[in-house]
Amino acid sequence: MEQSAPLLEFDHVVCRFGEVTAVGDVSCVIEPGSFVALVGASGSGKSTLLKTVNTLVVPSQGRVLFGAEDVTTLKPSALRRRVGYVFQSIGLFPHFTVAENIAIGPRLTGEKLPSERIAELLALVELDPALASRMPDELSGGQRQRVGVAQALAGGPELLLMDEPFGALDPITRAALGETVRELHTRLGLTTIMVTHDMAEALLLADRVLVMDAGILVADESPRALLGGQGGDVAQGLVAVPRQQAERLAAMESRR
Amino acid sequence: MGAIWEILPGLGDKLAAHVVLSASAIGLAMLIALPLAVWASRSQMVSRVALSLASLVQTIPALALLALFFPLLLSLRAVFGEGLPTLGFLPALMALTLYALLPILRNAVTAQANLDPGVLEAADGVGMTKWQKLTLVEAPLSAPFIMAGIRTASVWTIGAATLATTIGQPSLGDPIFAGLQTQNWALVLAGCLVSAGLALVADWLLWWIERGIDERKRWKWAGALAMVALGISAALWAQSAGSEERRIVIASKQFSEQYILAQLIGARLEQAGYAVEYRDGLGSAVVHSAVASSAIDISVDYTGTIWTNYLKRADNPGREAMYEAIAAWEARKNGVRVLGRLGFENAYAFAMRADRAAAFGVASLADLAAVAPRLTVGGDPEFFERPEWIAVKDAYGLRFARNRNFAPTFMYDALRSGEADVISAYTSDGRIAADRLVVLADPKGALPSYDALLMLSPRIAQDRGVIAALEPLIGAITVEAMREANLAVDREDAAKLTPKQAAAKLAVKAGL
Repeated sequence: MEQSAPLLEFDHVVCRFGEVTAVGDVSCVIEPGSFVALVGASGSGKSTLLKTVNTLVVPSQGRVLFGAEDVTTLKPSALRRRVGYVFQSIGLFPHFTVAENIAIGPRLTGEKLPSERIAELLALVELDPALASRMPDELSGGQRQRVGVAQALAGGPELLLMDEPFGALDPITRAALGETVRELHTRLGLTTIMVTHDMAEALLLADRVLVMDAGILVADESPRALLGGQGGDVAQGLVAVPRQQAERLAAMESRR
Repeated sequence: MGAIWEILPGLGDKLAAHVVLSASAIGLAMLIALPLAVWASRSQMVSRVALSLASLVQTIPALALLALFFPLLLSLRAVFGEGLPTLGFLPALMALTLYALLPILRNAVTAQANLDPGVLEAADGVGMTKWQKLTLVEAPLSAPFIMAGIRTASVWTIGAATLATTIGQPSLGDPIFAGLQTQNWALVLAGCLVSAGLALVADWLLWWIERGIDERKRWKWAGALAMVALGISAALWAQSAGSEERRIVIASKQFSEQYILAQLIGARLEQAGYAVEYRDGLGSAVVHSAVASSAIDISVDYTGTIWTNYLKRADNPGREAMYEAIAAWEARKNGVRVLGRLGFENAYAFAMRADRAAAFGVASLADLAAVAPRLTVGGDPEFFERPEWIAVKDAYGLRFARNRNFAPTFMYDALRSGEADVISAYTSDGRIAADRLVVLADPKGALPSYDALLMLSPRIAQDRGVIAALEPLIGAITVEAMREANLAVDREDAAKLTPKQAAAKLAVKAGL
């Protein structure tokens, strides 16, 4: 059987901002259909690496290939329709309604999204389609982030990028939204890359975990392998936190 | 105060001119400031330079800024040709536009700088081009702040536009300046009321637009915008309905005599079938060049003024010689026709209250020199810069304890109240007789003569009809008649006349 062609490839990507090297020589291949978590401490370069995919950051050296094309050669509006983007500060336009926010990506390429499609997208992220005419400031944080996901999905993307998507949400909303995204990933056959600093979230949602430290990729393992002690010191340091928490909770439970 | 209600209906054309001027200045300022703000948001350098320049302009007093455009445009004639207007709408528009730039620019730049970075990142994240980002995100989110800047600019501009009167652009400043000079307070108040009312209405309509944008209610901002457009169109229509052909423009400087003579000249031309237009309250320096450039057609100037300011002469060859030399010089140098002398002199003279003069034992400028260090001298705003003052000061060795500037009308009040001991009076001024002032003799002949001259611009220098209508004025006005007319306008009691009424009376007196 022929091996499936990579959807995305980082080819010796280096990002420097003046004196600072945010990403130092990262090479890695992302297979279609995979759910990849990109984990690391603050300042490890994970967000910067993610942004090279939709050209919000252009690498100082190296290339990012989407399909077989260098992303910097594609038209930004066309590229960003094929690459949905969800990020922590949500980024809804405060002067647009929910419907207008969802439809903005296709609108930029000259397509008007019908209201049925908007209702469908809202249903997809488990929101009441009646919210379509509301303004963003009338919604809760969780609802807004769901609209953010619907906006990212509106163009029918092949690839979904998420930059700390649940960082600003409370734990319950966060867990629920995580489930929703994982389900959508499977149902829509997406390829997803999620940046997070929460290893527990990465282990629970992703089927592949990349760990970054000081701009370098230090581990590339499945969640099972990480839990089995693979991936080196930095990765194991990150895994240790939720594991210890889980063990202490389990111990408390058994003493009851 | 009932008089105000009679004045208000007559201010329609001034209001229309004021609206057109203010709206043009704000519109032009927006056209300049908004693209500049976009540029500034992309470059720190541009932002700093643009804001500093706009702030610098604000530090120049509006009156000076307006006046500065006259010499500037005059020198630009070398490039753009003689057709470039140096007075009136163009310089007023340019000065007011500069003035309106700062609030619009500053608010637009601040609004852009304070946009939520998350929203801007989202705009990039969905793949907006720079232009889409500007029109779909940055402009709509900045709009309420920009509107606030436009509101501030509008209120400033409508206020400052009253000063356009001084450079010959009709505005609501006309009644204010005319009223100040002739102490007609109803006229001043009427001008202020209408201009303040206009500023309030503009501010209110623009506030509706601002709120409408902020609340995203289309009917609100569109309705207010329509009313603004309607107001400007009405003003434009009222203006264009008024001016179909070039009228004869008569200038007056900022004192009563000039207003009266302008009315006298205007009335005679109207009788002869000409359409006339008055440019009242012009700065003295502006008038002479304006006549030379035909921006203004008729003015009354004075031999001494022209002799010292334009011929740059310091000698005193005597009254006749001076007149002949000036008439020849004007014709040769500027193409201006000096039609003749009106018959009276409005010379500078030093005047004191009779009791003070007696107490100090002063009868002439020579006597004055001895006591001057104990006295305060009052002069009109330009007097202490004038060569006449320097000539007198040098000739008699005058050194006063204090020099103070007063508007011509207020100098006499200052003398009465003791704020000044000696003033630079004018010999044709009715208040010399009315206040029983002592005019100090000039034994050394340091002060030149000031025969009133009738000046015609090159445009009408050969116009026989105009000349025929105005020739009877030559030599017809005695200094007594002029004093009486000036006093009638300057006085504060029931016998006070408007310049027009005084001009009619003067015409009768002069046997016209």
